Amino acid sequence: MTRLRGLALPLALVLMWQIGAATFGVQSDTLSKPSDIAFALVAGLGDGSLLGASVRTLAAAGGGLLIGAALGVLFGLAFGLLPPLSRLMRVTVETLRPIPAVAILPIALLAFGFGYRMEIAIVAFACFFPMMILTEHAIGQIAPRLMEVARVLRLTVAQRVAKIVVPASFPRIFVAMRLAAGIALIVAVTVEVTANPMGLGYRLMTAAQSLRPADMFATLIWVGFIGWALNRALLAVEARLFAHAPEA
Amino acid sequence: MTADKRAASVAASVAVLLLIIAGWQAVASKGLISPVFLPGPDRIYAAIVKGVERGDLVAQTGETIRRMILGWALASVMGVAIGAVIGVSEAARVWVAPMLEFVRPLPASAIAPVAVVIFGLTDRMVLFLIAFGALWPMLLTTIHGFSNVHPRLREVSRTLALGELAYVFKIALPAATPDILGGLRLGLTVALILTVVGEMITVQGGLGARILLGARSFRSADLFAGVALLGAIGLVSNGLLGLAESRALRWKPR
Repeated sequence: MTRLRGLALPLALVLMWQIGAATFGVQSDTLSKPSDIAFALVAGLGDGSLLGASVRTLAAAGGGLLIGAALGVLFGLAFGLLPPLSRLMRVTVETLRPIPAVAILPIALLAFGFGYRMEIAIVAFACFFPMMILTEHAIGQIAPRLMEVARVLRLTVAQRVAKIVVPASFPRIFVAMRLAAGIALIVAVTVEVTANPMGLGYRLMTAAQSLRPADMFATLIWVGFIGWALNRALLAVEARLFAHAPEA
Repeated sequence: MTADKRAASVAASVAVLLLIIAGWQAVASKGLISPVFLPGPDRIYAAIVKGVERGDLVAQTGETIRRMILGWALASVMGVAIGAVIGVSEAARVWVAPMLEFVRPLPASAIAPVAVVIFGLTDRMVLFLIAFGALWPMLLTTIHGFSNVHPRLREVSRTLALGELAYVFKIALPAATPDILGGLRLGLTVALILTVVGEMITVQGGLGARILLGARSFRSADLFAGVALLGAIGLVSNGLLGLAESRALRWKPR
């Protein structure tokens, strides 16, 4: 029942928009009727152009996420296990971290030119810092008793990492991954809207520039849907993977 | 950790950063990496000095800061006002909040093409983009803050027979302040990102346009100088807001 009430307002707005556009016969380069947008969405899905653009965007976002997350976890592990190292690097990290990811765009453009590589580099940069900081934090949260157990068992450093640190911090690192995945998608679309001629962001921009508002809004809705679905899917995986884990 | 030890650790950390910069300088001076891709710190510094002397760098930095703050302020005022209305009213939460949840995961930059169509490649488009993007963190944290006011505080306001408006200003707003301040900070980060995006798309001045043009004409020292300034803007604005936050929350037991 509550769900239905949540749907009422958007539906009413869309309906009003449709009726208003139909009765006043709006001919506009900026807005279009919801029905036209729905047709554009179906057409885009039908001819495969929307899916093709999605694959390119998701490939770049996924590639960047993998690289950024892998490096972030590695550095986070090192900083978390060696607090003196973390203290030594703090000023450097805090100097680099506030640089907005899009500001890296021209540097990546200079180094790689247009295409996948530049987009992946920017996404990786954007994902690196949150992953690193959250991983370091996750290791700090490991129960001290587990570390004592490791010491009593005289585990080597490698064994300690593989048997205690990684399993104990994995749920938190996965949550960090979920956040980073959201960032990756946003950054990928941003890079495409701003400069890189490929994927969903570019489709949005070309639709806007060639004055096809129905196509533009259809793509916009699709981007929103992908973001929503991605978050939903990762939440479901998280719930399944860590159903047994106690709230720690 | 004692104060002495902490100071020593900060000093060592600064030394590490200086060492890294020195290493970078050595690599650049030896010409191991083409200066087109990675100019040395000396050339970047020279580019900043030159830009400041000519005045264009100062003007463009000012332009970027002006847009960021204006768009952020706009988003903050609207976000807190609308968020307060939705957060206070049970009915508004049920009817309106689900729609907000659907718009939230939308990348703010995806709105840029829509803004371009409506406003053209203008200063107004950049402001709209910033305000729209920074609105969401503000709105959602404010709603969260207002709807999570402790039930006992609500009872207090009922006992004192406070009106709805008095409840909002005297009880709910102070109680929601920590959440709102968190939203302000998040919004500022988003605002800086979207300022750069907007400036890159419209090329209406500002550091975003400057660094993109710098890359297109292979003036890499200029480009890196702009990126360094953007980082500095992020660092300083976040630091100032952090200070304001800890001052505003002095009353809060930690």
